[in-house]
Amino acid sequence: MTHIKSLEQLTSKRDELKSNLSRLDDPNNSEKKVQIKVAMATCGIASGARTTMDFLTAELSKRNIPSVVTQTGCMGYCYAEPTIEVKLPGKEAVIFGYVDTKRADEIIEKYIKTGELTEGVIPRNYDTID
Amino acid sequence: METPVNKPKQLRIALRNCGMLDPENIAESIVRDAYQALGKVLKEYSPQECINILKQSGLRGRGGAGFPTGLKWEIASKSKSDQKYVVCNADEGDPGAFMDRSILEGDPHSVLEAMAICGYCIGADKGLIYIRAEYPLAIKRLKIAISQAMEWGLLGKNILGSGFNFEIKLCYGAGAFVCGEETALIHSMEGKRGEPTNKPPFPATSGFMKKPTNVNNVETFANIAPIILKGPEWFSSIGTKNSKGTKVFALAGKINHVGLIEVPMGTSLREIIYEIGGGIKENKKFKAVQTGGPSGGCLTEKHLDTPIDYENLIAAGSMMGSGGMIVMDENDCMVSVAKFYLDFIVGESCGKCTPCRIGNKRLYEILERITQGKGVMKDLDKLKNLSYIIKDTALCGLGQTSPNPVFSTLENFYDEYYEHVVEKKCRAGHCKNLFHYVINEELCVGCAACKRCCPVHAITGEKRKPHYIDSNICIRCNECIEKCSFDAISIQLEPKILV
Amino acid sequence: MEMIELSIDNKVLRVKKGTTILKAARKVGIEIPTLCHMELHNMNIENKPGSCRVCVVEVDGRRNLAPACITEVTPGMVVNTHTVRVLNARKTIVELLISDHPYDCLVCAKSGNCDLQSIAHKFGIRRVHFKGEKSTYRKDTSPSIIRDVDKCIMCRRCEMMCNEVQTVGALSAVNRGFISVVAPAFEMNLEQSSCTYCGQCVSVCPTGALTEVDSTNKVLLALMDKSKTVIVQTAPSVRAALGEEFGLPAGTLVTGKMVAALRRIGFKYVFDTDFAADLTIMEEGTELLGRLKAHLAGESNAKLPILTSCCPGWVNFMEHNFPDLLHIPSTAKSPQQMFGAIAKTYFADLIGVKRQDLVVVSVMPCLAKKYECQRDEFKVDGNPDVDFSISTRELADLIKQSNIDFLNLPDEDFDTPLGESTGASVIFGNTGGVIEAACRTAYELYTGKKLDVIEFESLRGKEGIRSAKLDFDGLTLNIGIAHGLSNARKLLDDVRAGKSDYHAIEIMACVGGCIAGGGQPYHHGDSKILRQRRNAIYREDKNKTIRKSHENPYIIQLYKDFLGQPCGQKSHELLHTVYYDKSREEITIHHD
Repeated sequence: MTHIKSLEQLTSKRDELKSNLSRLDDPNNSEKKVQIKVAMATCGIASGARTTMDFLTAELSKRNIPSVVTQTGCMGYCYAEPTIEVKLPGKEAVIFGYVDTKRADEIIEKYIKTGELTEGVIPRNYDTID
Repeated sequence: METPVNKPKQLRIALRNCGMLDPENIAESIVRDAYQALGKVLKEYSPQECINILKQSGLRGRGGAGFPTGLKWEIASKSKSDQKYVVCNADEGDPGAFMDRSILEGDPHSVLEAMAICGYCIGADKGLIYIRAEYPLAIKRLKIAISQAMEWGLLGKNILGSGFNFEIKLCYGAGAFVCGEETALIHSMEGKRGEPTNKPPFPATSGFMKKPTNVNNVETFANIAPIILKGPEWFSSIGTKNSKGTKVFALAGKINHVGLIEVPMGTSLREIIYEIGGGIKENKKFKAVQTGGPSGGCLTEKHLDTPIDYENLIAAGSMMGSGGMIVMDENDCMVSVAKFYLDFIVGESCGKCTPCRIGNKRLYEILERITQGKGVMKDLDKLKNLSYIIKDTALCGLGQTSPNPVFSTLENFYDEYYEHVVEKKCRAGHCKNLFHYVINEELCVGCAACKRCCPVHAITGEKRKPHYIDSNICIRCNECIEKCSFDAISIQLEPKILV
Repeated sequence: MEMIELSIDNKVLRVKKGTTILKAARKVGIEIPTLCHMELHNMNIENKPGSCRVCVVEVDGRRNLAPACITEVTPGMVVNTHTVRVLNARKTIVELLISDHPYDCLVCAKSGNCDLQSIAHKFGIRRVHFKGEKSTYRKDTSPSIIRDVDKCIMCRRCEMMCNEVQTVGALSAVNRGFISVVAPAFEMNLEQSSCTYCGQCVSVCPTGALTEVDSTNKVLLALMDKSKTVIVQTAPSVRAALGEEFGLPAGTLVTGKMVAALRRIGFKYVFDTDFAADLTIMEEGTELLGRLKAHLAGESNAKLPILTSCCPGWVNFMEHNFPDLLHIPSTAKSPQQMFGAIAKTYFADLIGVKRQDLVVVSVMPCLAKKYECQRDEFKVDGNPDVDFSISTRELADLIKQSNIDFLNLPDEDFDTPLGESTGASVIFGNTGGVIEAACRTAYELYTGKKLDVIEFESLRGKEGIRSAKLDFDGLTLNIGIAHGLSNARKLLDDVRAGKSDYHAIEIMACVGGCIAGGGQPYHHGDSKILRQRRNAIYREDKNKTIRKSHENPYIIQLYKDFLGQPCGQKSHELLHTVYYDKSREEITIHHD
């Protein structure tokens, strides 16, 4: 249980967590992992995002691909739910839409394993402040 | 696969973390700078200095009215009292709006942090989030976020060692749109009937439990932390002269890419609909965009290049509202759109004041008559006059803005009203009483397939002779057209000559 | 006190900060029309939800129209109260109200007295431009009050009276939007709620949504029945207000004309409830002294304070809210019921009429009396002691229907033996009057001395809760007085908590006492009327030759001939009663 007692402590905790994340993303690091985010706001869940997330978590583990699959809020592409974001270590994150279990399977086999883009890629259409 | 054109039109400030982190794990928010702004404010600024930053930024309330946020906080901070409250309005009742829901489901800490900053500025140690009960996922994630923030010492007593205390509780709505109005919201939280009271007194002087209370919308709060961390000059460099920053819109309706967008103020409708939204569905013709929910109006083709900001939308006969944006095409009947919103208002009016309780019902009845083909020219005058009086005498914002859809559609689509009333025609093919299913006698072979499938027995005719549909009985279910193998039945929009 | 200068209709004036436009306008002779707004100035009661929007006015610089009843003036404000924009808005508002209102005027109980009707008339409404659906509800009848809320205009006056002034909480706004209305919770019947029938809601309702149960037809039928002997008793407050129904100024005493009118209507004997009020004092005064002596002797089960029990609205309130304290009110019946009990035994025998053939009618300022007379414990083998109770308003109707020229009637006297009364009985109509009457007798009985001064000024007044210490020749008697049930609640909470050191408490449900009862002529918010009635009551007392209940010769005779002793066995049988626990299960609402 972390109990933050000052701004300095908060900042150093943040920096510590940040460097953990960058280790995950480093293609040369042994701890590197594929990071997958599944948009799980109400619209995503209503479109089946939970099934997609469960499928990804189970299958990536089965296929021995080091990865971390987490839920997030709405990514904004509500017309294409379920949407997921896949970040291969060292590469730009790619967003896929209409991800049912069939397409999720395809994404694992094609993009995650070989880097080949599948159908349903949605170009990011916004800038986010950092 | 689409290729992006130039720089993205969207800039996510309020939605900066939505889709980027797991809202149920506070560590992920911390990585993205959660509570840094709160720490900075507590360490480096006095309450008035922080208020000045907000005033400088030009942030205006995102709930709809657009009142300058810094000024609102300043008024509350000047009220003298032993107890004050910060309230977050998460009631989001506009049909089709889901901006606040997405922020709460995707990045609850942005709101919690901003409420604590507000508490510091105005002198409140208690925060309340009034959230509609129809958002169970947002409620769940808020509860988790609050408890994790308390565990980490980022809410509660002596936050970050500053001596400042702030705790947040949730209050649930119970299905009333009117409780999005700040005084009704406050009374609902107090356990009273959720109906508005006259202002003044304003909540900043006498609000929850008669104490000074600052009420802000979810999206307004979501903008606070970046303003503190990146500075008010950065924020005021985005947007137009009087409307700074960005606005989250929930794009819905007849558009290809429905979803949540966030654009700098000043972006045009054309950019939103055609570039971000991907254009009108099925390539149909754009007709109008409804903004501001039941309190707003319709923007038409002539407004497509208007930069969107608070003042321009009001000048165009609509308003920003909370961010709902419903796109309509040639098959949307504008009279029915006005009727839809009046229907909603009639169901949601609290019933306290005469003009809203009875006046809106009468407006609805007139529109109902018009869409059923029973309207007369006098009805159009009545609509206008009654709308004006409701706007002029209603007690609260709900009633004062409820005639806006009527004004807006009358102003921009008068021809459609005229057609409904005089020609008994609905050009969009929407009002059932105003279009007719007609059997072409030359194509009809009298097979009686349509007669057999009609659920209300509207079709008569002898075997092998042309059949006939009685328009007064027909419910426009379309079964007969689907069953006819000879393409003998069609929908006639032109006025029917009544026998 | 900061003064603010503003102009209304081009008249410049200065008023205190915090004054509303409505009140400021009155100072320069401008009467802005209102509907939901109601103020009883002398009683600190004001209803201003600002919801009907009839009182809207134009204020320079303000985008929309402002409701005058709640908008406070600001420096330099420029107000216009009757521009075309304002007149158009006002007319439309009233048209909207009428469009959702039954067109019942011809047969409505409130016709001629209805604020909506008056405003429609004043504004010259000739057409309703917006016709449409009307909100309708189930009609609800209770023993005293009829709810016909199709006619409710959501002015919230009854809700305010019931919740804030009376703290009974039987009425509040329910539902939402077009079908919203003021009703008991879940739109249940009034009879199932905690309603006390105090009738204050009826006295303030601007339309015919809340009216009284009308018993005049039943009375007429009884009068027509040759086999019945119909007698009538009149309460003290009636004589101080009846004249208003005939155009006389408020506070004109019309006792003699009232008696004459009742005779001409056809009542065989015209008696006075005041006689029974003297009887009540005998019983209750004796009971008070009995309990007091026990208390002074240190008896552990001496029950003090003693509470007056003549107000059925208050009795109802107590049975609902303080069932644990049912042993402390006086067991004496109310004057109305004591009268009925004596009439149907002693008097019936006297004139040789069977009980079933004697019809007792009471004229009361009160609507709870209609409920009281049908309580089961006030019947003998199903035959009630008091058959019908009609209000002052109903009596006025009867007089008018009988073509009686009220204003030119001669003054006549009540019949005997149940018509003679003292000044002490008359003051029952005012708050503080019952206990003052009791003290006039109790003092002389306890001390054995004659009073130097008959009036007990320390018991009079208009504050909601009053207390006085009286000197009974060395013994200090602590008296508490409450009128309005919210004040009664406060005193009873103290009694329940053991914090009350009163010996006797007088409670009246209606603010102002019976002269402001639910059955009196409508005051339409003018509290000066209530003050005039109160003064009239005290005048009537002063004009009486005998002013103490125990000196009423007919009362003395009644005990001698029939009852025996006050609080003796026969008195207990006929003149005392019991109370019942009417409390309801509490529903607790949980918040997390």
